[in-house]
Amino acid sequence: MRTTTVVIGAGHAGLAASHFLSERAIDHVVLERGEVANSWRTERWDSLRLLTPNWQSRLPGHDYTGQDPDGYMTMGEVVEFIDRFAAHTRAPVRTGTTVTAVRRTEDGYRVTTDRGEIACRTVVIASGACNLPAVPKLAEAVPGTVEQVTPFDYRGADALPDGGVLVVGGSATGVQLAAELQRSGRPVTLSTGEHVRMPRTYRGRDVLWWMDAAGVWDQRYDELPDLTRARRLGSPQLAGTTDRTSLDLNVLTDMGVEVVGRAATVRDGEMLFSGGLRNVVSLADLKMDRLLNTFDQWAAASGTDGDVKPPERFDATRVPERARLRLDLRSGEIRTVVWATGYRPDYSWLDVPVLDGKGHLRHDGGVVDSPGLYALGLPVLRRRKSTFIHGASDDARDVVDHLARHLAARATVPG
Amino acid sequence: MTTIDRADNGVNVQALLDAREALKGAPEAAQFTWRSTTRWESGVHTTSTVKDFFGLGAEQTHKAESTFTADHPEVFAAEDHGITPIEYLLVGLGSCLTAGVASVAQNRGIQLRSVTATIEGAHDIRGILGADSDVRNGYNGIKVTFEVDADASKEDIEALVAQSQKRSAVFDALTNPTDVTVEVR
Repeated sequence: MRTTTVVIGAGHAGLAASHFLSERAIDHVVLERGEVANSWRTERWDSLRLLTPNWQSRLPGHDYTGQDPDGYMTMGEVVEFIDRFAAHTRAPVRTGTTVTAVRRTEDGYRVTTDRGEIACRTVVIASGACNLPAVPKLAEAVPGTVEQVTPFDYRGADALPDGGVLVVGGSATGVQLAAELQRSGRPVTLSTGEHVRMPRTYRGRDVLWWMDAAGVWDQRYDELPDLTRARRLGSPQLAGTTDRTSLDLNVLTDMGVEVVGRAATVRDGEMLFSGGLRNVVSLADLKMDRLLNTFDQWAAASGTDGDVKPPERFDATRVPERARLRLDLRSGEIRTVVWATGYRPDYSWLDVPVLDGKGHLRHDGGVVDSPGLYALGLPVLRRRKSTFIHGASDDARDVVDHLARHLAARATVPG
Repeated sequence: MTTIDRADNGVNVQALLDAREALKGAPEAAQFTWRSTTRWESGVHTTSTVKDFFGLGAEQTHKAESTFTADHPEVFAAEDHGITPIEYLLVGLGSCLTAGVASVAQNRGIQLRSVTATIEGAHDIRGILGADSDVRNGYNGIKVTFEVDADASKEDIEALVAQSQKRSAVFDALTNPTDVTVEVR
């Protein structure tokens, strides 16, 4: 078959692209290996809720209309929200269709799927940034007596053996799983390198309200001083919970979690941790204060001071007097290692030479380094909010604008 | 770069930023080998010399050879011709972090007036003496105290010191395990 545009992935990003393609009457299909919102359905642990408050979940022409604007959606609710958006936009989704190859052709691309081939002029890659767990090499040296899981395998604490758990990684995933496992009665050690500390609420408002209101989330990729760093940054130490409490290292320490430095290596069955823990927590505290200063300045300048509570500052992160530098993985103290060390996209099906040495797509704000090829839903693709559900709309509009110009330019080429 | 020009700490940050850009596409040129040669004098007294290194794809030479004398103090029943090897680690850490503070300050347009780092390493010598096998040979902990006089707020100075640690070669070498091979020829 032939179409103008193939969108790969029917998550929030791919469906947002479909919305703008339909608006411009650009003929397209959305290919989905599973069902709509597949990763949200099948690749998340049971207790997970969105980090963003409900009122912030918005897709083009599709807002949250429920009773709890300040709450955080469960995965079931996210799936329902995206499902409703797909129905509302009448997106031409082909579910159960796995893309196995994308190749360049004379006038565009050939997309091969397990259900046949599609020739098209443009492709939008919206298959997500978190297809595979990024597990460090040192995992190979962990003794076989210790069970190892990634967030893809993890559904809940019950499936893990009783006994100690080492959670590696201090981003949202790491702190959430550390808290859940500690609550389950398993003593948790949390190994963290650099991380992003944020309070759940600040001056009475959700911290992500501030990110939105103060314009931090709208900061554009081409205006950031260090885009590479911004794109590598882990998710903030936040959790969507009904009591809207913070989940930083102090909270975990109070729960009984033992915090150690970055996992450096495994030697003779012992995991060794960096002695630089104090510095990574200082960096996180300093950066949090700088972010809060940004909010305060915005509140003062925008005349919002009266609508929010007075400025506040949070206790410095407490570090153990002597953080542990080594942990014997053979002693039985640790039964499970959870690798909350990030995710990476899977481009094994992409036969177009557009990956850099580290396996990332070479793109400028979603315009991939191959004419007619586009991407959505990657970290800081065009704005700081790019990977969040509400970030899809602005990015998809911009990317589809470019795509439409590309088609128009091609249409005027003689011959 | 106006921010850099606002201060003069004597660090050519522009050259470092240019090198960072250039080396992004040339990882081979970024491979350096540092060298030191240690000669035994007598007792626990040694002399180390440092002159050549490899980097940017070629052999390089310092302007002059440097010589470092190491020994142990009289309380160790030695002649104390120079500082102990483990004190050289403190020298390395202090000079690396302080150089980092100057570089980061330059990059952030912060004028420094004075910087002093005081470094203390806590060492239980029962380890090296073999008196207690539960005691490690090396430092149990190192404490660095910076006194910085600069045109900047306390928070900005703390951020300078934090960023300096983040980019410090010696801080990394001391806080993370390093594979060390020792051979006899």
